[in-house]
Amino acid sequence: MSSKTKAADKLLFTSADWDFDTLKATYDAIEDIAINELKLDVYPNQVEVITSEQMLDAYSSIGMPLMYHHWSFGKRFVRDDVMYRKGYQGLAYEIVINSNPCISYVMEENTIVMQALVIAHAAFGHNHFFKNNYLFKQWTDADGILDYLQFAKSYIAKCEDRYGFDAVERILDAAHALMDQGVNRYSRPEKPNLAAELKRERERAKYEDETYNDLWRTLPQSDPGDQDVDELKRKMRVEERRAQFGLPEENLLYFLEKNAPTLQAWEREILRIVRNIGQYFYPQKQTKMMNEGCACYVHYAIMNSLYDKGLISEGAMMEFIDYHSRVVFQAEYDDQRYSGFNPYALGFAMMQDIHRICVDPTEEDHKWFPDIAGNNAPVETLKEAWAHYRDESFILQFLSPKLMRDMRMFMIDDQSTSPHLEVAAIHDDNGYRKVRRSLARMHDISVREPDMQVVDVDIRGNRQLYIQHTEHEGIRLEKSEAEMTLGYIGQLWGYGVTLQAVDYESGEILHETNYTPEDLAN
Amino acid sequence: MLYIVDRRKNPTGKSLGNRQRFMRRAKAQIKKAVESTIRSRGITDISGGDQITIPGKTLKEPGFHHMGRGGNRNYVLPGNKKFVQGDRIARPQGGDSGAGGSQASPDGEGEDEFQFTLTRDEFLDIFFEDLELPDLLKKSLKQTTAFRTTRAGFSVEGTPSNLSLVRTMRNSLARRIGLRRPKSAEVRELEEKISALQAKAEKRPNGKLTKADDETLHTLLADLEEAKRRMKAIPFIDPIDTRFNQFQQIPDPNTQAVMFCLMDVSGSMSEQMKELAKRFFMLLHLFLHRKYEHVEVVFIRHTSRAAEVDEETFFYSRETGGTIVSTALEEMKKVLKDRYPTDQWNIYAAQASDGDNYSNDGAKCTALLAEDLLPKCQYYAYIEITDEREAEIFAAAEGETALWKAYAPLAATHPQFALKRVTKAADIFPVFRELFAKNRAEATR
Repeated sequence: MSSKTKAADKLLFTSADWDFDTLKATYDAIEDIAINELKLDVYPNQVEVITSEQMLDAYSSIGMPLMYHHWSFGKRFVRDDVMYRKGYQGLAYEIVINSNPCISYVMEENTIVMQALVIAHAAFGHNHFFKNNYLFKQWTDADGILDYLQFAKSYIAKCEDRYGFDAVERILDAAHALMDQGVNRYSRPEKPNLAAELKRERERAKYEDETYNDLWRTLPQSDPGDQDVDELKRKMRVEERRAQFGLPEENLLYFLEKNAPTLQAWEREILRIVRNIGQYFYPQKQTKMMNEGCACYVHYAIMNSLYDKGLISEGAMMEFIDYHSRVVFQAEYDDQRYSGFNPYALGFAMMQDIHRICVDPTEEDHKWFPDIAGNNAPVETLKEAWAHYRDESFILQFLSPKLMRDMRMFMIDDQSTSPHLEVAAIHDDNGYRKVRRSLARMHDISVREPDMQVVDVDIRGNRQLYIQHTEHEGIRLEKSEAEMTLGYIGQLWGYGVTLQAVDYESGEILHETNYTPEDLAN
Repeated sequence: MLYIVDRRKNPTGKSLGNRQRFMRRAKAQIKKAVESTIRSRGITDISGGDQITIPGKTLKEPGFHHMGRGGNRNYVLPGNKKFVQGDRIARPQGGDSGAGGSQASPDGEGEDEFQFTLTRDEFLDIFFEDLELPDLLKKSLKQTTAFRTTRAGFSVEGTPSNLSLVRTMRNSLARRIGLRRPKSAEVRELEEKISALQAKAEKRPNGKLTKADDETLHTLLADLEEAKRRMKAIPFIDPIDTRFNQFQQIPDPNTQAVMFCLMDVSGSMSEQMKELAKRFFMLLHLFLHRKYEHVEVVFIRHTSRAAEVDEETFFYSRETGGTIVSTALEEMKKVLKDRYPTDQWNIYAAQASDGDNYSNDGAKCTALLAEDLLPKCQYYAYIEITDEREAEIFAAAEGETALWKAYAPLAATHPQFALKRVTKAADIFPVFRELFAKNRAEATR
């Protein structure tokens, strides 16, 4: 009896409701485990309690606390609003922002168990990942993002005041269409910094006045020798031109921002804002599965530790397990609910599997993972992985045969020429490596997203812009969308645009789509 | 380190700007959807916004994406049951569930329709865009709220006519007591005593008082002087005493309206004509509902007799007989008198007819309208529904029906009376807009 009361005394909470004191006490207990046991390295935390309505607001503006206004966010809002009110869809329990301090939004409707879960998941799991993963370190500036969004929001509002809603909407629509093609994939960008951005914005206006770009010449130059120029000379000119514009350029937004002849300074600035925000989210797209896996692993470890220490009751633990198992549920391919791999499920399974390999390896694990099998340092091993991999490379490195068997993964080969799909590999000795490579490719953004580049500009003639889509394995672009997007490019560019599909293997042009300014006007 | 911030008190509706931009973007489609919703509902049930489905085309956010199928690709699926390497599977038909894993976005093809909920206000605002009730001179153009004046305590400032005597005098009295201002009775008493002593002195042979009396007289005179000085220094009513009654304008919502639907249901009115009438009534009801919290509808149908009926009967049951319009007007007058006193109700009426009337009834109708009904109505609309073919045939003759002839002069003298012709469904809305056009008030003035 006495031990029971004693145990009850230690509990952080006994009812489902929370108040700020229990929230703080719970946070402290979680922090203790996260910092002292898991030795996580996190940004300071800021937990913000919001209502469901505010959660809906945050949802619609791609999860950011501050965002400029655009109709597409309103569209998301009205849709989510319907879904939520009709009960088709719950709201996220939490939203976390990669910023310093790390901001986690928690809903007031959550029970205290849920709040504990959310704090462990977001405020420590995601937070650690944001702070330590190389992609985030390299591409995003957690200190500056909120300032930058504030700047973006007020800048765009100012533009709306000055140039009208329609003009701004036109630019934003076009920029959003190109957002995926607005990231630098390989070179390291400067991190956005408010003071520098403001300064740069002012300088841009000045620069505009002072510089001269051959492209903006209003009278096209006639070149009488054109007909006689031999092939070599022509090629040299192409090379020259490419050097001048830094072609080929895969960052379409960047190219348009810098080189589109007819854009106003403010329009270029808006392109830059969209580009910067796209760039900020780029690491998240590449590490979705790992990031969620890391957060799930962390919350699972912390909640269990809380329970082991007698800080939460069995009832609370049951509630937690209920939420947890729903989050990491993976439907099988023939299930109605199946919609691809659930990043939470795959991520969590992989983290747990690595943990197992470190602590309790089998013969097979020793063979496949000689470096880590049985090293008895699961958390350290995972932290290494979290820091230095992205989804694709992480799967390629760490997906174990056991997990492939557990999830009963199999690989389908889909050749357009064949009337059938073929099972190319399954979870057996012949298939492990193939399955793993295929799954890794599925998580590779550069494979998932089309390979688009600006390849040439006809500066001597009609300023036609040439954009190339390199087709891999005959996978084409979604036609109607590509046409609309091309229209947006034309609108930004101001002159004709040609979209060429080029086969990756042979390099030959498969087909071409042309847009003239007259088309674009319609 | 932890900061907990309670954001729940922050203003909500952060997405309002986005929502408005969205509505602006989809305006044309939303309007269309709203109009079709209206067509399919009963008169009084068009109260809410509800679900609107609009084509997703203009709301599309395109981008460069791979096609969901085609080309050579491979992907991994979970949950293998029975496959071994080399198995062949028939291509799944239709859906691309098999390719789910390798496909970037699910909203490429499927998003042809976009469904969402309009709030009631948005719904109605869209519907009544640039429409305004014509003549609300009586209750002010913008709001139908009347004001009532109520007392609202006292203030230290105000116009003399609002001076609160009781409060002011009470303050004055308190101040006078507090500062010990001599009462006029006390001064009078002193004066009396002095004059008594002076009279006494005159009676004496030497004209002088006794020494004791003389001293008294001196004290009294000094007292009197002091009292007068104080009276002068301390005013009877000081500006700080004054209090004024304060009044406040309390909105006295006159938020109920009654709408009379009058219709000729005699044999000459075809189903199609009634359908047209129904749409007109519907629109009127909707419009009123936007303006007033509470709207009642009275349906009066008539042939050669008139009766108040329910909506179902009004639209869908048939009667035979002649046409005497004045019976309906009489009925309306009676209902008005019995149930809807003008000081509590805003009264609107809409009459639909094919224009037939018993030949001697016109004058009676005009008189009833001019004398009894129109002065009480905010608005009275008469729509004449003519058959499409007839309209063409009689176009030259301006289609002067008996009722039109009788009513036409009224429009000139009564700004709240309007009459219009409608021949087909497409006419309803334009006619309605014209009837209620914003500038009508100016035009008729």
